[in-house]
Amino acid sequence: MHHTTVALIELGAIFFGLGVLGRVAWKIGISPIPFYLLGGLAFGSGGLIPLEGIGEFTTLASEIGVILLLLLLGLEYSAAELVTGMKRSWLAGLLDIVLNAAPGAIVAVLLGWGPIGALAMAGVTYISSSGIIAKVLGDLGRLGNRETPVILSILVFEDLAMALYLPILTAVLAGATLLGGLTAIGISLVVVTLVLVLALRFGRYVSAIVDSPDPEVFLLRVLGAALLVAGVAQQLQVSAAVGAFLLGIAISGSTAENATRMLEPLRDLFAAMFFVVFGLNTDPASIPPVLGAALLLAVVTTVTKLATGWWAAKRQGIARMGRARTGAALVARGEFSIVIAGLAVSANAVDPQLAALSTAYVLIMAIFGPLAARLVEPAMRLASARLRRTATA
Amino acid sequence: MVNVEVTPLPGIGTRQDFVSRTGRRIGVITYRDGRSELIVSKKDDPDACTASIPLSGDEAAALAGLLGAPQLVAELSKENGGLSGVHTKQLPLGPGSPYDSRTLGDTQLRSRTAVSVVAVVRAGTVHPSPRPDFVLGGGDLLITVGTHEGLAKAADVLDRG
Repeated sequence: MHHTTVALIELGAIFFGLGVLGRVAWKIGISPIPFYLLGGLAFGSGGLIPLEGIGEFTTLASEIGVILLLLLLGLEYSAAELVTGMKRSWLAGLLDIVLNAAPGAIVAVLLGWGPIGALAMAGVTYISSSGIIAKVLGDLGRLGNRETPVILSILVFEDLAMALYLPILTAVLAGATLLGGLTAIGISLVVVTLVLVLALRFGRYVSAIVDSPDPEVFLLRVLGAALLVAGVAQQLQVSAAVGAFLLGIAISGSTAENATRMLEPLRDLFAAMFFVVFGLNTDPASIPPVLGAALLLAVVTTVTKLATGWWAAKRQGIARMGRARTGAALVARGEFSIVIAGLAVSANAVDPQLAALSTAYVLIMAIFGPLAARLVEPAMRLASARLRRTATA
Repeated sequence: MVNVEVTPLPGIGTRQDFVSRTGRRIGVITYRDGRSELIVSKKDDPDACTASIPLSGDEAAALAGLLGAPQLVAELSKENGGLSGVHTKQLPLGPGSPYDSRTLGDTQLRSRTAVSVVAVVRAGTVHPSPRPDFVLGGGDLLITVGTHEGLAKAADVLDRG
């Protein structure tokens, strides 16, 4: 068969397969991300059906997937929301970093992956999945709950932390020295601050550059601007994803809403490709050896997120049940953990087992996170009933 | 005075709610794309919601009308309570009324019945102090002030012209 023909059939099979898997995932009420990863594992090197000849396309598509994931994350929040969110939750945000980055870093050091591996794994276990969490809160009808703003402001803080963390990781992965790393931190701090000020003051003008009443022109302009900014950011060593995120923040108001509506399907397509490619590049045989570590990390970081949420909600005067709900909602990890692991692995600067560990970890947390959010209320009720019984006995 | 609390929900919209006299939190979530949702807190866990009901624009307006119109009349009656002989009444403009899609001025209510129209409630929205060129529509609710006889006559005029 002709080369293009094979590629078309392979791509078609992948997309169709993902569509089937995604449907199953939403039907049973969990995120499709673990299914996409599993799909990638099955197709990839050492998997059931190795795919060949579409590597170039899938690699580029997965890059675009990351850019779109971050662009839409940026579009979701206005600069004003980010600033107030940070003011309200910085203490909880710091606790979140300390409690949830530490387990990943410690495990990486214990496995002998060095400081770079530790930095990457710290990010993987730290960042909650805002995509999964927003969906779960909506599905469970918890958007009107008192603890929901606490959850959302922690997510906002995490996303801002990402904007600082990703450039640092990129610089370190590129083999930067301590000085280089510090320069990266300096540059990214300045750039993030500049963009926030720019977006707060002149968000209208940025929006005006991409805005157009014609949907086709609008789509091309937004997508073009995102890829341009991402490419330039990559060149400046700030990381392509962060460039897209900052562009998303700078676009505001109705332009942001329209852009979100228009780009969502594209994001879903390319992000699915990104998860598959990540799975493709992970050898399924490398997962069993790290399964123990992944399970341990899952247990520990479930407890640490619970603690973070409990503490943050308590500070806002929320009762015990609400505190438990806050913690459980934050447990889910997903797309951004894989983005971080993907960056680390593609730079070839870390142990390849990091991909296997991250895959196993996200598989567990993306499935268990939504379950935890659902089960926390009956679990709390059971626990308090037990307590009462032992108290009266 | 009811203390409405406005809470931003980053990435989603805003939540506006207040705690009722009986201790229930009642409010509305307004999504950024304009959808709204009615929320009512749980009895045993005031942090959580027992119901969150998505409402379309029409439904929200209808609910606001149901709750708002009697309230408006009650408030006007209270204000006019001191004046003997002055009453407030809500008069419906039926779809078959001769004044359907004609202006308020056309009814000549003031000169014929000495009744004033202080507001028109339409699809849940209150239009206060309508001017003579306000175009009436079937299903409107006219909030009127006048004497007993005047109000009875006004109801008649709106019905039959």
